[in-house]
Amino acid sequence: MNTVKVVVKNVPDYSASREKNDLGFLTFDLQTDLTHLFNWNVKQLFLYLTAEYETANNKLNQVVLWDKIILRGENAILDFKNMNTKYYFWDDGNGLRANKNITLTLSWNIIPNAGLLPNIFAHGQHSFKFPEEYTTSRM
Amino acid sequence: MDVSTLFDDVKRMNKRQFLYQVLSFGMIVSSALMIWKGLMVVTGSESPIVVVLSGSMEPAFHRGDLLFLTNYPEEPVRVGEIVVFKVEGRDIPIVHRVLKLHEKENGTVKFLTKGDNNSVDDRGLYAPGQLWLTKKDVVGRARGMLSLLV
Repeated sequence: MNTVKVVVKNVPDYSASREKNDLGFLTFDLQTDLTHLFNWNVKQLFLYLTAEYETANNKLNQVVLWDKIILRGENAILDFKNMNTKYYFWDDGNGLRANKNITLTLSWNIIPNAGLLPNIFAHGQHSFKFPEEYTTSRM
Repeated sequence: MDVSTLFDDVKRMNKRQFLYQVLSFGMIVSSALMIWKGLMVVTGSESPIVVVLSGSMEPAFHRGDLLFLTNYPEEPVRVGEIVVFKVEGRDIPIVHRVLKLHEKENGTVKFLTKGDNNSVDDRGLYAPGQLWLTKKDVVGRARGMLSLLV
């Protein structure tokens, strides 16, 4: 079955964009086996890693940090260590610093040849905290 | 299809038969329209069936694929879902995936989308000055698909 193990180390930056929002940084480990999801009607699997958290500004925030497409026939056993995120982890505001509860979930979208398009969440979730202070050092 | 034989058939019919044919045809057209409107009501979307117009979601969707949408207000948009939206002022529906989402306590939500096959997010596609999409830009969420090209 699936084992989703996610390990992070992270640092929020105070980056200079128009809005000056919090930018989170993390790397993750991920192991999972998704071969049982494929059948004749599954064209591909769209995997994505979501960070979900709450801030003072917004009750619900969901940010996709990484995604991957697995076509039917490709290897569906994943084993990543210290993987960098694909997308920047911007917050809408400054809610990342000292945020106690960020939950990472792996989900996937089954794209069929014909039929329904379900979105499924994995069993495992992993929560982590962001540290209290901003870091200005270069990553 | 020989056009002259078509008109011969019509000339052979008397007025009543002709009117009957017109009515039957009108009923077929009305039924089709009613089914379409019924779908709009059932799904809550102004356009419950859309055709994929570009290759920006490959290899999931190719040009010409059909998507079935729903737009229920009680089912909020969530990250990772495939949404069809229209940019204000433009008529073309765009089919992309939600990448980021920020929702406030009162229910107002703003989100950012990106095509699977695009390397950048959709900010370049939005109206000038627009950084996020809101609920009213969404035509519906993709629930099912039919791919006629194998």
